[in-house]
Amino acid sequence: MSAPIVRVAGLHKSFGSLEVLKGVDMQINAGEVIVVFGRSGSGKSTFLRCINFLEEPTQGTIEVAGRSIAAGIPTRFRRKQVQHLRRTCGMVFQQFNLFPHMSVLDNVMEAPRRISTQSAKQVRDHAMSLLADVGLADKAAEYPIRLSGGQQQRVAIARALAMRPQVMLFDEPTSALDPELIHEVLAVMRNLAQDHSTTMIVVTHEMGFAREVATRMCFFHEGRIHEQCEPEQMFDGSRLPETQRFLDAVM
Amino acid sequence: MPVAPTDEAVPHQRHGLAQSLELYSLKVPFRIKVAAVWLVICGLLLAGFLKSGFDIAWMGDHAFAIAKAVWVTIAFSIIAISLAVGLALLGAQGRVSRNPIAYGISGFYTSFFRGTPLIVQLFLWYLALPQLALGLLPQQYATWFIWPAQVAGIVGIAFNYGAYMTEIFRSGIEAVPHGQAEAAAALGMSPGQQMRRIILPQATRIVIPATGNEFIAMMKDTALIGLLGTTLLWADPFRMAQLSGKADFRNLEALIAAALVYWGLTAVFSFFQRKLEERMSKGYVRQVKDAS
Repeated sequence: MSAPIVRVAGLHKSFGSLEVLKGVDMQINAGEVIVVFGRSGSGKSTFLRCINFLEEPTQGTIEVAGRSIAAGIPTRFRRKQVQHLRRTCGMVFQQFNLFPHMSVLDNVMEAPRRISTQSAKQVRDHAMSLLADVGLADKAAEYPIRLSGGQQQRVAIARALAMRPQVMLFDEPTSALDPELIHEVLAVMRNLAQDHSTTMIVVTHEMGFAREVATRMCFFHEGRIHEQCEPEQMFDGSRLPETQRFLDAVM
Repeated sequence: MPVAPTDEAVPHQRHGLAQSLELYSLKVPFRIKVAAVWLVICGLLLAGFLKSGFDIAWMGDHAFAIAKAVWVTIAFSIIAISLAVGLALLGAQGRVSRNPIAYGISGFYTSFFRGTPLIVQLFLWYLALPQLALGLLPQQYATWFIWPAQVAGIVGIAFNYGAYMTEIFRSGIEAVPHGQAEAAAALGMSPGQQMRRIILPQATRIVIPATGNEFIAMMKDTALIGLLGTTLLWADPFRMAQLSGKADFRNLEALIAAALVYWGLTAVFSFFQRKLEERMSKGYVRQVKDAS
């Protein structure tokens, strides 16, 4: 087995006097699908956002694809390093955050157009094939406001994939969706995990998805990984009391 | 005659004159009544002018020269609004920056230029800046800061409106949801790319109506430039009115002519401004409706 593609070591994060992450360590191998879950306030979203420095860690080291950044220096003093790390991570947000003033295709092409060295044609072809992958090639010319929430989130996934990231981060990707739209987003994610063996870290409470797709599940509690194991064990009813209580509450 | 049917429709009414008038009035549309009020006001004013010896013939001779000077107003306004937009873009970057130098400079800028009278600022650029430059710089560089009245005036107006528009642009930038910059950052875009490609295009849409209002106000304020003593070439309607009105003791006629020019100009631009606003809001509503 090659070296882990993501290595998080001794991660702490405080907002003022509130310590949200109290020392998190995690190693993720290429192709793994990690499902992170826990109560609101347990630090799971902050953990995800620290990986690509949308939140600056207070302490610890983040390593993605062989490049590591240690906490302690504000992002604006090492912009290039952080930008490089962000390009190796694609992120999908709860609220989609599509750019409303651009067409669907332009949303997907924006970052590679500005940043990568590919030709305009390569960028366009890649963007179109990504849109086809998420089943929205026919919506390329539409504006986000004319799409349903599920369609918008699928575009957001295509947009995040456009930079050919090594790791995909999903921050509660289905929490803002109407129930009948959740399955189409999960289907796209399942496809990413199973057919493309994309490395993924997913913060979600979709336990069906976790059981089916995850290679490992991490229960966050009070700023730490309280318990982690493979999905079969997670659902076998013999977890730590805190984990079991939460699982019983959401299932 | 038109009163009769209404009377029949409403029986058991006492027929006073006041009542008849009231009933008749109900049939006249509101805007016709408003137009009548405007006509009465204009008529009274005109009657007052004529009674006071208003010289229509003089106005006929000079009105064209005054009206023609409107190109100066338009030129001043277009140059000044361009400069002001540039200053406001810079200023707004400073207002949303966490860099203490940028934030401090932009804060000083908006505080001073919004906190002092425009007319004082115009004279500062025209008379005080040359003195400062002469006191600080060698002669050959100091002369760069001795400007003709119209240049000092345009710069003065631009800095003043730039300060107000800085706050408009700042609020426009802040009105763009935070998730937008975050999404761009997560893709690896630089802060400059986030601002230029993602934030500003969305903020522009938000600030266009308010910027249009500033432009209309600015067109009127360019009249102050004349007070610096512009030459005939750069004389705007107000300056022309002063020059010709004082010479012939026809101030009323000259100033009314100038006022009408500005009024007409702002009326035209207010019309376009309203159309623009309607179009922008309609575009948004239509998109939303189609989505459902």
